[in-house]
Amino acid sequence: MVERQSPLEPEFHIGSHGNFEHGVEIILTETGPGSIVQLAAWPGEEKKLIAAIRTVTGLALPDGAGGGLSDGMKSVFGFAPGKFTVADEAEGLAGAFAKAVTPAIGTVTDLSHGRTAIRIAGPKAEWVLAKFFAIDFALPAFPVGAGRSTAHHDVFAQIQRTGSDQFDIYVFRSFARSFWKALCHASEEVGYEVQ
Amino acid sequence: MLITCPYCGPRDVVEFTYQGDGNRERPDPASQNFEAWNAYVYDRLNPAGDHNEIWQHSGGCRAHLRVVRNTLTHEILSVAFIRGAHTSTARRKAEDKS
Ligand SMILES: [Zn+2]
Repeated sequence: MVERQSPLEPEFHIGSHGNFEHGVEIILTETGPGSIVQLAAWPGEEKKLIAAIRTVTGLALPDGAGGGLSDGMKSVFGFAPGKFTVADEAEGLAGAFAKAVTPAIGTVTDLSHGRTAIRIAGPKAEWVLAKFFAIDFALPAFPVGAGRSTAHHDVFAQIQRTGSDQFDIYVFRSFARSFWKALCHASEEVGYEVQ
Repeated sequence: MLITCPYCGPRDVVEFTYQGDGNRERPDPASQNFEAWNAYVYDRLNPAGDHNEIWQHSGGCRAHLRVVRNTLTHEILSVAFIRGAHTSTARRKAEDKS
């Protein structure tokens, strides 16, 4: 299989950086899912789309805006009314959804090559992200599994909380390297490790 | 200025794009009623007070919203989807309880 190149590569430096003498408080990684798919339901077809997501991924979406969950391999979250992002470690998700999501239910958009997924984890993850995005990262306001659509300047970002101190950020591939660099700079003060 | 998106919750105004006066009524595209078209294109109430406006949450869920904003105080009095909220996934509720 052809190895996909990371857009972060020239700025991706494995190891500890910044002010880490007293320990590393941020871990930065690229999750590099094999599939990233965006699903949208036509008005009134949302329940059928949610059922299709369950059929294809085995993940049962919780009720409510921005609801989501992750099983470690597959992740899904709502990012807009009737719209969902699904990511899978494996390739081929768009093909599976193309069969399950009929034209009467909604649309399937394969973004596997269009988005880059960056994971920020560690005790200072909320602190660092709060410097980028004007949203509430506290656990009660942003529960594990949930998704948020927001923007850092002109870089549109979808963020899913995949752990109490872990977030996966989906950004446009073309903006990913500059966003990654900014994330590294913002993590310097607390000490970060790239894995 | 904060606008509370019905999907995303309270967000800074920089995430939103103003899409104009919400009081306008667009004539039928086939209409040749020039007075109605003139009113649609040019007439604005420009009130000093509560104003119906159309905004898009362009830096978020991208939904189009009907907003009532006070032009003197910038107070946001109400926000609603322009397209009617159709399902449970369209409203922020279950998550707030968790
Ligand atoms: Zn929104």
